[in-house]
Amino acid sequence: MADDTTTPRTDGGAGAAGERTVTMRLWRGDASGGEFVDYVLPAVEGEVVLDVVHRVQATLAPDLACRWNCKAGKCGSCSTEINGKPSLMCMTRMDTLPTDEAITVAPMKTFPVLRDLVTDVSYNYEVAKRIPPFNPRPKTDDEVAAGGYRMQQIDVERSQEFRKCIECYLCQDVCHVIRDHEENKTAYAGPRFFARSAELEMHPLDATDRRELLQEEQGLNKCNITKCCTEVCPEHIKITDNAIIPLKERVVDARYDPVAWLGRKILRRTKGTAAAAAATAPAHGPAAVQPAVEVTGIPGPQRR
Amino acid sequence: MTTLEDVSTTPVVLGGVRGGPPVPTLRKDRWWVQPIVTVVVLTAFVAYATWAAFVNKDYYAGATMHRDLISPFYSPCLTESCVPGSHPGTIITWWQISPALLILIFPLGFRLTCYYYRKAYYRAFWWAPPACAVADAHGSYKGESRFPLILQNIHRYFFFAGLIFNVLLTIDAVMAFRQPGVGIGFSVGTAVLCVNACLLWLYSLSCHACRHLCGGGLKKFSEHPIRHRIWKALTPLNAHHMVFAWMSLVFVALTDVYVRLVASGAIHDYGFHF
Ligand code: SF4
Ligand code: SF4
Ligand code: FES
Ligand code: FES
Repeated sequence: MADDTTTPRTDGGAGAAGERTVTMRLWRGDASGGEFVDYVLPAVEGEVVLDVVHRVQATLAPDLACRWNCKAGKCGSCSTEINGKPSLMCMTRMDTLPTDEAITVAPMKTFPVLRDLVTDVSYNYEVAKRIPPFNPRPKTDDEVAAGGYRMQQIDVERSQEFRKCIECYLCQDVCHVIRDHEENKTAYAGPRFFARSAELEMHPLDATDRRELLQEEQGLNKCNITKCCTEVCPEHIKITDNAIIPLKERVVDARYDPVAWLGRKILRRTKGTAAAAAATAPAHGPAAVQPAVEVTGIPGPQRR
Repeated sequence: MTTLEDVSTTPVVLGGVRGGPPVPTLRKDRWWVQPIVTVVVLTAFVAYATWAAFVNKDYYAGATMHRDLISPFYSPCLTESCVPGSHPGTIITWWQISPALLILIFPLGFRLTCYYYRKAYYRAFWWAPPACAVADAHGSYKGESRFPLILQNIHRYFFFAGLIFNVLLTIDAVMAFRQPGVGIGFSVGTAVLCVNACLLWLYSLSCHACRHLCGGGLKKFSEHPIRHRIWKALTPLNAHHMVFAWMSLVFVALTDVYVRLVASGAIHDYGFHF
């Protein structure tokens, strides 16, 4: 690691004899390359990593780029990798980290770096556009008379867990399917969007059958349920247990279960196809939000 | 004033330059402890279970000891070679080697396709990934989308087979209250078999496929109040599936060890009778 770092900068007000200090090892660089740079600062009680990064910005490196907004774990902007763990800078307390050695803060690895700690997460927005949106079934006569849909809390509460998502994309970052295999990005929605699909799939009013789309084009079968997404989620959403595995079981119903297949034949029920589900998504956003580089194969409504 | 439509997105760059140094991980904690423990425990279990399945003796403590204790590895004992008393009757005559091999296929298939064990061995043995934010050890990766891993999708059938074994091992546990020649009683062996059966039930009932089949697959709970209640009851168990997976695995081996020690005469199965 020493090769990656340059000489520590200690002009951050630190250095008075006996004073406790912290060493922040921050990634500096952009698409043309980068390195870790050490910054030594006085330790301050009760800080989170984002506070210290801000002090580096204020005192030692005014050109340091970092993304943040709320400092309350709610906007999902300050995602980075702290001591190698995908984490929110604003929710990682300094007193949970060992301060006898440098604390590394690196940009999320799965997405291209823009500058320093800031990454380009637009892959996620492109995937998001290709998730078939909420598609409520038609109202019944009773519902029309009553003036709207009627739902019961027990029917919607499962979906509500996934509404807590702050779109920090830490789960997308940690998922080895795309973290270690860039080529999978063309056909993989990722844990955040599996949770989104689960939310809709479990919604009592939603009428789209997303199972074939998930399996064929959004790479649900590439997830090997190793649960790293669940481990890093700052909202503690049980992505694997409550979204991915239930979706996998629903796919088994649709594809691999001969008993369920027979049941469908007898009851003359049809199941949705990937194309039908994809067709309910707006093909692309308005022209202005087209990706400048055409991304082929990102999971979603490529109509075949 | 710009509207949303006026704002163009950043182009998606696949294969763009990533930040951070080109090292497998920057983690500083002991992330390797968990995979090592998994490898050690699972390897030890597989080695022991293989040995226990092939030795084909000392799996039943019967009437000569005033006991009716059978090892879970050998129950139901259905072949001709089963020791007298260990089985209700010979059903399979053509099987010549250890009866355990016939039985273990089912629990083995159940555990191999279990969502929890999949996580455990994909991480610890296959290193895909060894731990979170530690680089995957493989050049390319297709997950469970192709043969043979696509077969993981038949987990629910192994779950049903597992239920049959749970019923049989529960019967064994009840039978363990019998002390042939002296009456009804309770011994350490009885307790061991009962705990074993309970743990296996907890493992099965906390299964993800079970949770799905009991109610998780429904779109509207309000139309199926009973299944909703079952699902609600299973959900907290499901959250501890990992714990039950390990406890039941270790305990099933310990049960075999205990029955083996008693059956071989190495220890006495302490107990009392009425
Ligand atoms: S559980 Fe699946 S989606 Fe979540 S990180 Fe692991 S492979 Fe990715
Ligand atoms: S699911 Fe959790 S980790 Fe993933 S984007 Fe949402 S809040 Fe972040
Ligand atoms: S700054 Fe908003 S989540 Fe950290
Ligand atoms: S037994 Fe583990 S998920 Fe079914």
